[in-house]
Amino acid sequence: MNPYEPSAFAGLDPLNLLNGLPHGVALIDNEGRIVSANRIFEAVTGYAAHDVRGVGCDFVFRSNPDIKRSIFENTFDAVDTLSLEGDIINVNRKKTLVRFFVSPLNSHNGHKIGFMVAMEDITALKELDRQRQAHSESQGILGHSPRMQEILDFIPILARTDTTLLITGETGTGKDLLAEAIHHESKRASSPFIKVNCGALPETLLESELFGHTRGAFTGAHADKPGMFRLAQGGTLFLTEIGDLPLALQVKLLTVLDDREFFPLGSSKKVRVDVRLITGTNRDLRQMVKEGTFREDLYYRLNVLRAHLPPLRERGDDTPLLLDHFLKLFADNLGKTIKGFSAEAMAELCRYSYPGNVRELRNIVEYAANVCAGNRIAPSHLPASIQAATLKAGGRPGSEGGEARRGEERTIMPPAADGNFGQGSTWSEIERGKILTALTTTGGNRSLAAQQLGWGRSTLWRKIKRYALD
Amino acid sequence: MKILVTLRDDDIAPRFDLTTEVLIVETGNSTPDANPRNILLPGASADELCSLIIKEGVTLVICGGIEDAHFQYLGWKKIQVIDKVIGPAAEALRLAQAGLLQTGAIVGQGVTPP
Repeated sequence: MNPYEPSAFAGLDPLNLLNGLPHGVALIDNEGRIVSANRIFEAVTGYAAHDVRGVGCDFVFRSNPDIKRSIFENTFDAVDTLSLEGDIINVNRKKTLVRFFVSPLNSHNGHKIGFMVAMEDITALKELDRQRQAHSESQGILGHSPRMQEILDFIPILARTDTTLLITGETGTGKDLLAEAIHHESKRASSPFIKVNCGALPETLLESELFGHTRGAFTGAHADKPGMFRLAQGGTLFLTEIGDLPLALQVKLLTVLDDREFFPLGSSKKVRVDVRLITGTNRDLRQMVKEGTFREDLYYRLNVLRAHLPPLRERGDDTPLLLDHFLKLFADNLGKTIKGFSAEAMAELCRYSYPGNVRELRNIVEYAANVCAGNRIAPSHLPASIQAATLKAGGRPGSEGGEARRGEERTIMPPAADGNFGQGSTWSEIERGKILTALTTTGGNRSLAAQQLGWGRSTLWRKIKRYALD
Repeated sequence: MKILVTLRDDDIAPRFDLTTEVLIVETGNSTPDANPRNILLPGASADELCSLIIKEGVTLVICGGIEDAHFQYLGWKKIQVIDKVIGPAAEALRLAQAGLLQTGAIVGQGVTPP
């Protein structure tokens, strides 16, 4: 045992200790009354500690949530510190955002004698958060998760330079949005942002698309074409699906990156360009280099700066945030007053793995917003593919007999399993499926089916005629 | 004079915007009203409470913490507000009727004894 006993500290004044802390601190007794408080507490609340000694802390803090109730409901028997955020109204009638840390206090013999409440003014922090969120929202990128915050914090750094950037990430993670956000943050923001999908065109057309051609360069070249590199002059060229770029063009792109100049197709005149190049891919370029389908020198030239967008399943609490965001967006567009998701629907959506990432989530919400006739999205408004996937992954808790019902829907509802509603599933098909589902579940009773769909009988009759379901 | 006191149990509610119960008392010349009214509000809302105060023709509000915007609004509507009051509502009301209650007063022991 260490024999060192600093006798001078035996008579330490606790208030002296509290005054040295950087936050407002109050000591509370077991009845919830103020015992002592430091100077910062006095500054934040506006009360002198000696004036409020013995007064219930809830009357002095004037906090939302009620600090006294939180203490007695959560901390009284707890050992660890309780942390909660809220606001207080001080004596200057000003509402201040604060974070409370409540710790139980014990005497030497282990008896609980009260609590220490530390209070941090987080108004400035919240304002910064709000500004950052508003900024990212204006760029179309949403996310609170640490991994997305890293990306958002990285945008200004990526925007400051003209160095080639490679954005990687699974399909639907927002590579295009990130590229555009970087462009808008950069000094090139007033010049064009041009996006070219390298996988969308055959090799010959892609070369002409990127580098342009002169009149008569090939059959059908009736006029000069500037090409995307020249159109992006002074701005940013974003080559998405760079992994699909044919090998012959990879050489030409490498030359352009090195020399900043090229010959358009059929031209003998060199063109000089000042373009920042950003590339994106969902493929593993390193593996492609090993397989010989992607040039190693180009890979290193493109991979100077790199940003990797995490898949949605690794973004934690971003899923509910994105769900609410897109629901508001689509509900406004459709003129519906959908207030939110039911607890079951939200649980189901949070359980789903989203192989198509944010794009898939967006499509699911768009589908649900279209189908929902009430003011809250229920599990029945979700595409059958989601219900099937979540059932497969472990099922919905407390839903006996639900599987058979969902199985029924699965045979009728049109959306594809990959959540890609845009291809091969029009609104008419979805609506037809809903009518069939309603008629099936009501045993063909049109009145009940109309009621279930939230339509009048005549509307249902009209739609049955339109879709030739009678 | 028509007085409205924001309540939490028997004490003045710590916050105007979180108040869910009020006491309305109408007094003559220092004579307490024989029939004070306790009103349970449907929910806590500073705006709704301001509307109630105006609708009821209240002339004096006794409350705990209140945001400056609502304090100014009530003042603009010529309603006197004695705020930041801590303690039992009955005691605060008695002092107000006697013309002795001041903004920021801690009455009684700061809280109604259990």
